[in-house]
Amino acid sequence: MTGFLQNTFNGLVSGAFYALLALGLAVIFGMLRVVNFAHGAFYMLGAFGAYVLLSEAGVPFWAALVIMPLGLALLGMALERAVIHRLTRLDPLYNFLLTFGLTLILQDLVKTRYGVQSSPYATPAELSGSVDFGLFDFPTYRVFILGFAVLLCVAVWWVLTRTRIGMVVRAATERPELTRAFGIDVGRWVTPVFGFGIGLAGLAGVLAAPMRAVNPLMGADLIIVIFAVVVIGGLGSIFGSVAAGFGIGLVQAWGEAYLSEFPIVSQTIVFVVMAAVLLWRPAGLFGREEAPA
Amino acid sequence: MLRIDTLSAWYGEAQVLREVSLDVAAGEVVTLVGRNGAGKSTLLRCLMGLHPGQRGTVELDGRDIGRLPAYRRARAGLGWVPDDRGAYATLSVTEHLTLPPRVGPDPWPLERIYEAFPALFQRRDSAATMLSGGEQQMLALARVLRMGARLLLCDEPTEGLSPLLVQQVGDLLREAKQHGVTVLLVEQNLHFATGVADRHYLLAEGRVVEALANSEVRSRERELLAYLGI
Repeated sequence: MTGFLQNTFNGLVSGAFYALLALGLAVIFGMLRVVNFAHGAFYMLGAFGAYVLLSEAGVPFWAALVIMPLGLALLGMALERAVIHRLTRLDPLYNFLLTFGLTLILQDLVKTRYGVQSSPYATPAELSGSVDFGLFDFPTYRVFILGFAVLLCVAVWWVLTRTRIGMVVRAATERPELTRAFGIDVGRWVTPVFGFGIGLAGLAGVLAAPMRAVNPLMGADLIIVIFAVVVIGGLGSIFGSVAAGFGIGLVQAWGEAYLSEFPIVSQTIVFVVMAAVLLWRPAGLFGREEAPA
Repeated sequence: MLRIDTLSAWYGEAQVLREVSLDVAAGEVVTLVGRNGAGKSTLLRCLMGLHPGQRGTVELDGRDIGRLPAYRRARAGLGWVPDDRGAYATLSVTEHLTLPPRVGPDPWPLERIYEAFPALFQRRDSAATMLSGGEQQMLALARVLRMGARLLLCDEPTEGLSPLLVQQVGDLLREAKQHGVTVLLVEQNLHFATGVADRHYLLAEGRVVEALANSEVRSRERELLAYLGI
């Protein structure tokens, strides 16, 4: 029982990262119809930025948690204005080429400067130690991540469902052309939404720094699973991406714990789930077929 | 109020509108009639700025709006009532009504909308795609009245509606007209068209072939119906 609860908790913590990254991908896809393959690279930049800020400038974790998401959001907005926005009129193949190319450039820039070995990042002192849950102890930092990610997802959900900005984003995501015909300048919202999604990836990266190996390829390893999550949740579905993020975190943790004698199953379980979901619901669990304009 | 001069439009290589010119005066209700494929819906989409391949002049109150993006045309006072009723699955009925900015001198307050459409008030928190076809059509009309749009572009608002609902749509358009709203209407139902409109343009193969008064449509109804293939 204790083991099961621990595995569940660990699954939810991995799921929190999946949810934050998938959420950003979902809002970006919804607004721009661009699948951002560079999302993992921005996650890596978040973690690496936190590491560089601490080791070279002594900037603590808490400051990095603010600086990196904001800085990366600005970088994302600049990239959107410079290149990403050109994708809207092009064949979707260019979407893949551009964002995958960006990934390689960002990864190699970091590699050239810092090499490929992993760098350690100390857990902030305030969050070291563990929390006693009676049946088992759990590292304080992981509890913090889970709580923080859940709060963030709830906040994003609140903005999307309860505010005028959220209403505009939902309308523009579902039917961009129709929304323009009702006097909404959809284009004005595209750049900030892209920046917001990138900021979330950067935030997830900073959060990951103390518990994952910080290296230039950390995003590339993660992004494959994230895309499975996004497809399972339904491309562009905000709620679906968060639910599938936590769900896949759980499935993976349980798979690793209880199917460890079948490594072939535990390592591929995410993609088995994805294939099964696609057979059953081609638009994903919470996705909708695209409506005409 | 609306002046269209030699408006042409293409779908790729195929020309669907050929130098269409027509005028609609302020406070008029004018219908576009014609067979399927005559270019009626394309004409409305061109006016709204939703059709990319077009050439010619579109003037609203003497101002050339032909190059403006769709959202600025809406803000200039155009109200879009699309043929598929334009419902969002992710927005509630109230959100449908409050999404567009108020653009005209006489936007209906939400209370007045809900007084006029008790069925929408009852379903105000439902997703609009869960409404019946008739309710969705009422919502599409209520939305542009709430905007205060001065010129409504309505693409077959009576299609698929029961006779009772068709009558309600007619009452609504007449009420809007009384408040000075101008309407350009694509309509296949000639009986409905003569009931609400002041005059009519007959389109064929992307051209305006005839301008008809109400009395002419009534006296030539059989001939026109046969021509339209209804």
